[in-house]
Amino acid sequence: MDDLRELYQEVILEHVKNPRNKRTPEDANRHAHGHNPICGDAVEVHLKVNDQGVIEDVAFDGKGCAISVASASLMTEELMGKTKAQAKALFETFQEMCTKDDAKVSEGVDEDTLDRMRVLAGVREFPMRVKCATLAWHTMTAAMAGKDETTTERDGNGA
Amino acid sequence: MSNAKSAVKIAPGDNSTLAFDVERVRADFPILRQEIYGHPLVYLDSAASAQKPRQVIDAMSQAYETCYANVNRGVHRMSQLTTDAFEGGRQKVAKFLNAASADEIVFTRNATEAFNLIASSFGRANLGAGDEVIVSHLEHHANIVPWQLVREQLGIVLRVAQIDDAGNFLLEDFEALLSPRTKLVAVTHVSNALGTVVPVKQVIDLAHGRNIPVLLDGCQAAPHLAIDVRALDVDFYIFTGHKVYGPTGIGVLYGKSELLNALPPYQGGGDMISSVSFEKTTFKAAPHRFEAGTPPIVEAIGLGAAIDYITALGQDNIAAHENGLRTYAEERLARVPGVHLVGTAREKASIVSFVMDNAHPHDIGTIVDRAGVAVRTGHHCAQPLMERLNVAATARASFGLYNTRGEVEALATALESVSEIFG
Repeated sequence: MDDLRELYQEVILEHVKNPRNKRTPEDANRHAHGHNPICGDAVEVHLKVNDQGVIEDVAFDGKGCAISVASASLMTEELMGKTKAQAKALFETFQEMCTKDDAKVSEGVDEDTLDRMRVLAGVREFPMRVKCATLAWHTMTAAMAGKDETTTERDGNGA
Repeated sequence: MSNAKSAVKIAPGDNSTLAFDVERVRADFPILRQEIYGHPLVYLDSAASAQKPRQVIDAMSQAYETCYANVNRGVHRMSQLTTDAFEGGRQKVAKFLNAASADEIVFTRNATEAFNLIASSFGRANLGAGDEVIVSHLEHHANIVPWQLVREQLGIVLRVAQIDDAGNFLLEDFEALLSPRTKLVAVTHVSNALGTVVPVKQVIDLAHGRNIPVLLDGCQAAPHLAIDVRALDVDFYIFTGHKVYGPTGIGVLYGKSELLNALPPYQGGGDMISSVSFEKTTFKAAPHRFEAGTPPIVEAIGLGAAIDYITALGQDNIAAHENGLRTYAEERLARVPGVHLVGTAREKASIVSFVMDNAHPHDIGTIVDRAGVAVRTGHHCAQPLMERLNVAATARASFGLYNTRGEVEALATALESVSEIFG
């Protein structure tokens, strides 16, 4: 039960009940659709990135479990106003947190940000759920790279 | 035995009879003594894969220890003994399905391979552009995707028979889909996601009235219902070993002799040929025509042992036990705050799918797992069905012959803790 409390912290449940930036901004200029073929969860990530590479707006939409929704919601809060390079550093750090006990922190990620992201670190005790936590982040990375689609698994052509 | 009996309580009202003593059955399954996070394993995921009784495990170890060589090859004694044991497995499967002959039983790697075999071989022999294959909205991806591959190659049309909101198969709708272009009906016998039992006899009669052959997906039916392919007059029937308490790595395709022998091979290789030259190769008759390469030898022996096990318990006894559990679970889970059953068809087998108001199935699965309860969560390889029912995913409890009312209670209690966390 302790692991469960660690995973489903109040902060997470609060994000699930009141997801931040769950909308589709009309002036977004980068979008990606991410999905996890194993469970069917799907998320859309919309970014408005200016000429200086700063994220002016970030939002998400989609259906998913508590972990994936909370993670997407939290991600949008952290990315607002960040540069591409900072977003990349946050993604790398978050991924480390979700999979390793001794997570490596990328350069430029401050303690406050770490604390806020750490509420999802409980997921590392639940290996089957790590992909739920990282789906929105992978999708954001795909949107940044100008890809429309991403998946937690390797994808090919459809039939 | 008496120890095992006193160790696990049966809830009042359990309809276990002397003919079916669930505690005796449980003693046959070594894995049920495992603990998960300090709780007894409550295994409610038999629809994904069933656990194995000691009798199956022993039959397979014994084969490896005392009776193993390649089959259908060579003149040596061990090969002959192993061939006999392997073909004995085929005989048992034939009897299990009440097939006219063991030659109508083709062993594949799994049920999915059997679907691909039929799609490929039946497709090449009988399907062309514009021809129609009817599936239903209840299908597992294994009975959808192979037909889509055939559609890409041959330009066939896939028609989908509809269901109602409760998950009932709509016979009238199905009948309306039958057309002069319909070349095959391929539907499930029991839905893996909802447990709906499809009225397959009527489906077959309607199709045969127009000379259309029928393939049934029996993966979820074979563990729970007595199957009689001759009484059904079904043309092709597919099921898998690991869901009937047998090993993984073996699937079964039943086909009427004359139909199987009219199909071209699926894969080429050894064992399936009569003679090979660089100019021309001729093929064996079914079933060997469809079994290229070394077959699942010990798996066939294990599957035979699983069938012996089920048959000894009695399929009617198993069905009665499981139906008792299923209806009890439906009543009990419906009383957990926030739980909604998905799939309430008139006739069901052994599966209870559900969602909860505030918790996604994945979160449900994770939380009940910590109480030792194993359920399946997700789309159950039936995404079109999920879309039809307007759910992204469900949680699914599925019951096997070894489950108890106490285990249903453990699930219900665990679900109450989900409600507590998510409010």
